[in-house]
Parts: sequence; C-alpha cells; structure tokens
Amino acid sequence: MRIPISALIGLVLTGGFLFIAVFAHLIAPYPIDAPVGGVWEGPSAQFWLGTDTIGRDILSRLIYGAQITIFVALASSVLAFSLGAFLGFLAAVKGGWIDQLLSRAVDLVMAIPALIVALVLLSVLPLNLTVLILVIGVLDSTRVFRLSRAVAADIAVMEYVEAARLRGEKGGWVIFREILPNALSPLVAEFGLRFIFAVLFISTLSFLGLGVQPPLADWGGMVKENKDGLIYGKSAALLPAGAIAALAISVNLVADWILTRTSSLKGGRGG
Amino acid sequence: MHLIVRLLVQRVALGLLLLLAVSAVIFLGVEALPGDTAQAILGQSATPQALANLREKLGLNEPPLTRYFAWLGGILTGDLGKALTNGADIAQSIGQRLGNTLFLAGCAAAIAVPLAIILGLIAARYAGRWPDKVISGITLSTVSLPEFVAAYFVIYLLTQLIPVFQPVAMVFPGMGFWAKLHAVALPVIVLVLVVLAHMMRMTRAAILNVMQSAYIETAELKGLSPMAVVWRHAFPNAIAPVVSVVMLNLAYLVVGVVVVEVVFGYNALGQYLVDHVTKRDLPVVQAVGLIFAAVYIFLNMAADIIGILANPRLRHPK
Amino acid sequence: MADDLLLDIKGLVIEATAYPPGEPPKEVTLVHGVDLQLQRGRVLGLIGESGAGKSTIGLSAMSYGRGGVRLTGGTIRLNGRDIRTAPPAALRALRGREVTYVSQSAAASFNPAKRLMEQVIETSLSHGLMGRAEAEARAVALFRKLGLPSPETIGRRYPHQVSGGQLQRVMTAMALCPKPDLVIFDEPTTALDVTTQIDVLAAIKEAIRDTQVAALYITHDLAVVAQVADDIMVLRHGRMVELGTTDQVINAPREDYTRALVSVRSLEHAEKPPAPPVLSIQNVTARYRGTNFDVLKNVSLDLPAGQTLAVVGESGSGKSTLARAITGLLPPRSGRITFAGRTLSNDMAGRSRDDLREIQMIYQMADTAMNPRQTVGTIIGRPLELYFGLKGAERDRRVQELLDQIEMGKGFAARYPAELSGGQKQRVCIARALAAKPKLIICDEVTSALDPLVADGILKLLLNLQAESQVAYLFITHDLATVRAISDKIAVMFKGAVVRYGQKSDVLAPPFDDYTDLLLSSVPEMELGWLERVIAHRRMVGAGN
Repeated sequence: MRIPISALIGLVLTGGFLFIAVFAHLIAPYPIDAPVGGVWEGPSAQFWLGTDTIGRDILSRLIYGAQITIFVALASSVLAFSLGAFLGFLAAVKGGWIDQLLSRAVDLVMAIPALIVALVLLSVLPLNLTVLILVIGVLDSTRVFRLSRAVAADIAVMEYVEAARLRGEKGGWVIFREILPNALSPLVAEFGLRFIFAVLFISTLSFLGLGVQPPLADWGGMVKENKDGLIYGKSAALLPAGAIAALAISVNLVADWILTRTSSLKGGRGG
Repeated sequence: MHLIVRLLVQRVALGLLLLLAVSAVIFLGVEALPGDTAQAILGQSATPQALANLREKLGLNEPPLTRYFAWLGGILTGDLGKALTNGADIAQSIGQRLGNTLFLAGCAAAIAVPLAIILGLIAARYAGRWPDKVISGITLSTVSLPEFVAAYFVIYLLTQLIPVFQPVAMVFPGMGFWAKLHAVALPVIVLVLVVLAHMMRMTRAAILNVMQSAYIETAELKGLSPMAVVWRHAFPNAIAPVVSVVMLNLAYLVVGVVVVEVVFGYNALGQYLVDHVTKRDLPVVQAVGLIFAAVYIFLNMAADIIGILANPRLRHPK
Repeated sequence: MADDLLLDIKGLVIEATAYPPGEPPKEVTLVHGVDLQLQRGRVLGLIGESGAGKSTIGLSAMSYGRGGVRLTGGTIRLNGRDIRTAPPAALRALRGREVTYVSQSAAASFNPAKRLMEQVIETSLSHGLMGRAEAEARAVALFRKLGLPSPETIGRRYPHQVSGGQLQRVMTAMALCPKPDLVIFDEPTTALDVTTQIDVLAAIKEAIRDTQVAALYITHDLAVVAQVADDIMVLRHGRMVELGTTDQVINAPREDYTRALVSVRSLEHAEKPPAPPVLSIQNVTARYRGTNFDVLKNVSLDLPAGQTLAVVGESGSGKSTLARAITGLLPPRSGRITFAGRTLSNDMAGRSRDDLREIQMIYQMADTAMNPRQTVGTIIGRPLELYFGLKGAERDRRVQELLDQIEMGKGFAARYPAELSGGQKQRVCIARALAAKPKLIICDEVTSALDPLVADGILKLLLNLQAESQVAYLFITHDLATVRAISDKIAVMFKGAVVRYGQKSDVLAPPFDDYTDLLLSSVPEMELGWLERVIAHRRMVGAGN
C-alpha cells in the first residue's frame, strides 16, 4: 500500500519527537535547569538555539520539555482512552440503566468547557504531575466515551452481531471478535486526536501557570517563561510554541491518514 | 400542545436543569475534593485556633448542602459573596470585567462568523478544487494550534516584524469606542484565527452535506441557475446546520477568550478567573466558572432550538 | 419522419473514476458506444440488471453525469442539436424545459423545506413558460389526472406530509408541468409496495398518453416496462443486447440474455403433500417495547419438516417481525411456539444450544450479515467450531464441502466478504446456516436485493439443498413470483394478521378474500395489456359495489 506524502511527513516527525523524548538525557547538551550563559543570547555554536530568560540553554530545555510534554500527554491520553473506551463499550453493549447513568454523567461534564472544569478543580487540588494527568485524562475520557459508545452501538445493531447472538455466542466473542475488530480503526485515529488534545491542554495549563511547575518545564511553561522577551524582539518564546504546533500538526497528519484509510476500507467511497 | 412548542419547552427546561446540575458540581464536587478554604487563606503556618475561628466566621462548619443552597440563593439575588484574598465584592468585580470580555468576544464573533461562512461557502462551492485545498490546508494547520501559541506568533508578526500594534491590550472605563477597538485589535485577530478554522470546516461540511442531497440534483436537472439552486434549495436547508455550527463555535470562543486575555493582559473575566485559580480563591473561581458554564450551556441550547425551529417536519407536522 | 426524431444518440461512451477500497483510483468505462433513437411521443423502455448502465444512459439525454460520471464520446442530439458538448448555459435552458426527470425516490428528491406546489411549478416560472396562475392551474389539472387526493389543496403540503406513492405522482406532475418533449422515468415505481405500484404505473401511463410526451422508461423489471413502453432496449454491462418492439422483445426475444430475462421468475415448484409440522406457531401476539399496538396479532402457522412456508406481505405487514418472534429476539406477549416436538422458550436467552443451532437465519442484506473483518472460512467455520467442536484440518475440510455445496469451489475460504459479488455473499450466508445442520432456516427477503437472474440462481440452490438435506424454510418475501417458485404452503399477512393461509394450490386459487385478490392482481405479468385489464376489472368491481 502507498502512504501519502503528508502522512509520511507526519510519521517521521512524530517518530522523531518520540525519539527525542525517550532519549532526552542522552541528547541534551546541557542540564535542564542550569544557567550556562547570558540572558537571551542569540543562537551560537555554543548554544544552538540561544539562551532563555535566566540564561539556560534553550535547546536542552526544549529536549527535556519534549519529554515532559509527551509523557504527560501520553499518560493522560492512555488514561482517557482506557477509561473512556471501556465505559463506552460497556454502555453500548449492556444498555439499560448502566448506559443511562454513564451517558448522563458524561453529558454533565461535557456541558462545561474542559478548561473551565480544569481551572475549577486546580483551584483546590495540589499542583503536581499526577494530579495533572488525572484531571486531563478524566476530562478527556468523556469524548472517548461518546465516540466508543457510538461506534460500538452502530456495530452492535449490525446483522452479523445479531447472527452471532442467535448462534448462541457468549459476550466475550461478541465484543472481542465481532465488535472490536470493526471498531478498532476509528478508535486508533481517535487516539491520535486525543493525544493532540492532551498536548494542547497541558501546554495551555502550564502557560497559565497551572500545569507543570518550575524548575521543571514543558513547552507551554517555556512559552510563559520567555514571553516577555517578545516585546524586546527576543524570539525565545516562539521556539517552544513552534514545537507544540509541529507536534500537534504531525500527529494530526497521521490521524487524518488513518481516518481516511478506515472510511475507504468500509467502502465509504464508491463502495 | 403543539409539538414544536413542547419540544422547545423541553429543551429550555433541560438547559435549566443542566445549569442547576453544573452549579451543584462546581460547588459540592469541589467541596468533596481534598483541600480546605480556611487553610488556603491562612497558609500552612496557621495555628489550629486561627483556623477554627475562620471556619466559624466563614460558615464552613455548616453542612455542605446548606451552604450550597445559601450560595445558590445568593447567586439568584445577585450576591456572589466576597473574595477570600482581598474581601472585595465578587459581583462588583465581575460587572466591569464581564463587559470587557463580552466586548472582546463580540468583536471576534462579528468578524469570524461572516468570514467563516463565506470561506466555508467558497470551499464547499469549489470542493476538491484549488480554492478548497488552499482554504482547507491553511485552516487544517491552525486547528492544531492552541490559542496562546497562535497569539505569540501573531504578536511577533504584528509587533516586531511589522510593527503595527501594541503587544498589550489595555482598556479602561471612559475609553472611546474606537480607541477600545484599536486596543483589542490583536487579541481579536488571534481569537478569529483560532475559531475560524473550526467554524469554516464545519460550515463547509454542513453545506456539502446539503449539496449532496437528491433534491439539489433535482434542482439542477430543472435547469435552474447555480445561484437559484443555492439560494432557493440549498440555503433554506443549510441554515439550521450552519447556525448550529456557529453557535457551537461561539461556545468554543468562550474558552479561547480565557487564554487570550491572559496573553494580552486584558483586564476581563478570563484573566480574573486564572488569577484567582492561582491564588486558590475558591468563591471567585466558583462564581466565574458558573458564569462561563452558563454562557456555554446557553449557546449550546440556542443551537438546538434553532435546529428545532428550522426543521420543516417539526414546523409542519402531518 | 426525420422531423419526428426527438432524441438521437450515436456511439455514446460514458466513463467514471472508481475508487476500489485500498487501491489507487482507476478509470472505468460504464457505457461502450450505445446508439439510441427516440421519436416524438414514443416511449422507449431501457431495461437491464444493475451495472447495465441504463440510468446513466437515461440521464445522458439531459447531458448529465451523476456523481463524477463523464460523457466522453459520441453525439447526443436532442431536437436536432448536439447537447453532449453544449455549454452549461445551453444545458440549463433545455433541462426542465425540453427534458425532465422523475427519480426512483421522490421522497429524497423533493426539497423538504418548500411546499409541493412551489416545486412543481418552479420550472414553468423560471423558464418563463407561463405565469404563476396558469402554472398552478396546470399543476392542479395534472394532480387530478394523476389521481391524487384533493388535487386543489395537495400543493400546499410539504413533502413529508404525503405518502411515498403520492409523492411519486407529484414528481410525475412536476416533470409534466412545463410541457416537456421528453420525460426520463428512472425506476419510478421500484421503491413502492406492489399494490401501490400498480396505481402509480397506471397514472403515469395515462399521463404519458394524454400529454403525448415522449419518454425513456428505465427499470429492471421487464413486466413493468412491458405495460408502458412502445419499444424496449435491453442493456447489459453498458452495451445494447437487443432492441425491438415491446411485443417482439417479450414474446419473441432474439438474444439468449433477453430470453433469460423473460423467463426469469417462471420457476415452478411442485407442491409437497401436507405433513406433520416441525415448527408450529400458535396464537402468537407481539409488540415492540415502548409501543402500544400489536405488530403480530394472534398468528398461528404450521411448517412441515422439509417443506417451505412462504410468508407474503407488503411493508408493515409484520412478516419480518414474525421471524424475530420465532428466533426469540422479540419475545411474544402471548402464544406458543413448538419446534421439533418441544416448546421453545419465548425469549432467546432461555433456549438451549440445540434450539439455537436448529433454527438458522439468512438475511436480506448479505453485506451487513457478515462481519467484514472475518474471512469466508471463519464465517462458515465458526458454527462448525461452536456446535460440533471441529478444529484445524477437519474444520477446513468441512468448510470446503459446504463451499462446494453452494457451488463456489476452491479458493474462497481465504477471501473477505468485500471481495465477493452480491450473489456470492448470499451463498456464503446460506453455507453458514447449513453448517449448523439446522432443521429450519428462516429466509428474510433473501433474494430482494439481488438482480433477477442472480436471485433465480439462489432460489434454485435453496431448492436443491432442501431436496438433499430435508431442511424446512420459512420464506419471508413481498414478491409473489418468488412465492410461486419455492413454496409448499403460503401465509398472506396484512397489518400483523394472517389473512389467508394454506397449501400453495389453495391459497393461489379463487375465491379470494379482498386483500389477497388485490395483492395477487397487482403483481405485474409479462404480457401486453395486463395493466389495462386489471384496471378495467377493478373499475368494474368498484362500480358493482
């Protein structure tokens, strides 16, 4: 099968980001939190991307920032996904009061913008990585719940599922052999979108000063640290901002490709 | 009762019920979390005696449900309580700032809505051809940007590379309308950018969906001009989905506004909220959170109501 | 006579881009150089199975390609000028004025937000043919001619406020209102119930005759086209097979393919004698959860072992609900179902594995009845595994045996459903049912989604399998030709109740009750003048009452 060029770019970039995140301590030339140069120095042979607001190497902080950003985003999207998909499938297959209860609860949470809910929660909860992952993951699981419930409910009324039930198949076969294989592709694409959402969410919280706390920094926090430099023409804040955009766009390209593949497999076009 | 009236009443009642539930979550849900208002005010070093006194004074020893209804009653009568940090009256603090927020969001909506609909129409009209590809390509990349990232790109571009604007947006009472407008230009541009992509893509999808209906083919096979096809046959059916797209995205704007206000140091509701989250000033956070939630719920409800009103099957039952 | 030539198509080539799943797009030719002439005031029937290109050719008379279809070669002369390459403005001038179109699904073809009258007179106004008052008067006259109820006021309604059969007539009125030279009828009665179809057909025929309009009548049903067309063109795979007068094509077809189409559905099956039942349904009443009326009313039926009971009815008759009640998907509120000498639990959950195994089901849409992510081997092999514990080579051998039984041969076990044709898919579903070694197979409209020749093949296969394995069929269908072909007993259902029931020879012999009479006499027969005879007969009976 041929991979379109946009998806290829997305795959390569996403892979690159993951590589950097995993091997951050081997790649980064300087430690994450040590002033090693002057304030807001321009790019040089010594500091490839220059230095930040208190003279730390921006490249190193970007590399460590990749680790923290991707770790928090991945952890919360995995949480969102396992929670949302499990409950969504449960609601679709079981129906009845379980479905009602879960669906209404999700309606309630989704009736308020996620950022507002997060702000209200973070005004009370302690600020640490675990809390951040839990808050983002649980808030985001509502969307996964809606999608997986809808996908599973669509499939559950198909005649091949009815045929399996009429054949006397147990619940396990129906879920894992009849429903899941057909729900997988849209869910995988959704995972990409959830991951992007988590990246944007943690970046925004950190930018607002409510996410990852100094001296650790994710990309959103780095934008916050260096934003005042912009007024004096120092573009240090744009680098982490660009990194966020690049990561989000490359994952988006991959997810987009998976989505179109799914719909063409279903015979969506010209079927 | 007429079917459509019943549906509308149902929808409004549902909206109010939702708002009530949300208020309960914001108040009681937060109470249930670990954390203590008195501790938050006095800090970690407070003596137990001082904590107990303060709890008594704030009425924190009452059962949560009692305090919830007192809080709710206060909100309905316009009394939002006092901020923990400086004792300022919350309702008063909100008043001016709410106006500023609405001004910012209103300006952004006034530009974004018509622009998104026009771009969406063009993209749908030339679906799959170059105007569509250009518009979709550009919007696809802005969809992936969080508000603050877009904001700093715009700031860098318009204050450093092409210095035409100030990087802060200050408005104060007594400022003239045009001066205000100039002051909010940058944040408005950012908000438009952020909300435009979603709105335009959803508008395009909604119009394409209508354009692919069999009755559009019927109209084309009647030899009507493209203008007549769009105006007489596509438009009446596209209003509902497009308006509902617009409403949903305005709701999205509500969130965008919080971050953009912080970026530009714009003294309004979002900035006020974030400030007091940092200060852990719960009464303020609860009051402002409820206002944002109410606007969001109202816009979603409006989208549904327009959808009901525009449906000919409901307007003209059998 | 040259003046009378309205439409003259020569060497028409039509192409499109296909998007096969998982492969790069490719160009396909839908129509390979077809010639077609139509005189003023004549009706030409275009007939063929799916993929014959009949709709595509029909729409080319308006120089219109649906969904990316391109008219790439040949000439299309309408009223003497070539319209294939005409600019858009010229096409707009002739569409809706010289040529109009009636589609299969009027319900989707009307704008839901506008009143019917607005839409019916729209062309007459936009082309400047007549004033509003004149157009409305003409529309009302057409409504009356087409037998619509309250012709004066029906135009004020919205599309969703009138029935499907009525909408189809309103669409015909819409096509005739601007006094066109040519109307394209694209399967206008296919989506309708058989008793509705005959009235709409008669209305269309009368309107064509009275307005002297020429028409292209597109359908897959030779018996229907025989009633309205002067000439018939038989198409297959985008090529013309045969062209002749209706009389000649029906009664003396020249080509083998045409002969096959004409003789299709003439399958006859000798009725087996009465025997003790394997399935006995006693006084079954059922309703859907959350509703307050019975969709099955006191239904009692017996099906002898190794025989076929056909359950006939139109949409809404409750025939498919009966299948759900028997399988236990919709537990009856009252009544009893006995099967192979034992009483079945009403609810599926209370049935033993043998109960489930011995009653199998085949669906109308083979597409949705098979998991797209499982191979044919898995689909057929699963019941073998589940019921008989077959594994590995033994299972594969048995799967191949079943594939041989459904005449599909080697190499299919590894394929996915998407790689099969419509007929093959339905055969795999039959094999899956057979794998369970059932005593009863419920067939729910199993041939209605298939082309007639393919459907015939499926029916023959089902009959052969019954002869081999003595399985009983409960055969649910709306198609009386199918009923004749396969059944030993027949039950006619109407609004949830059985109105006529017995041996095939008894049910199909007079005297009839009113509904069965209506149903039987509504099935188009492949002979000239059938429509007129039936309508005349009905008028006579109506006058007599």
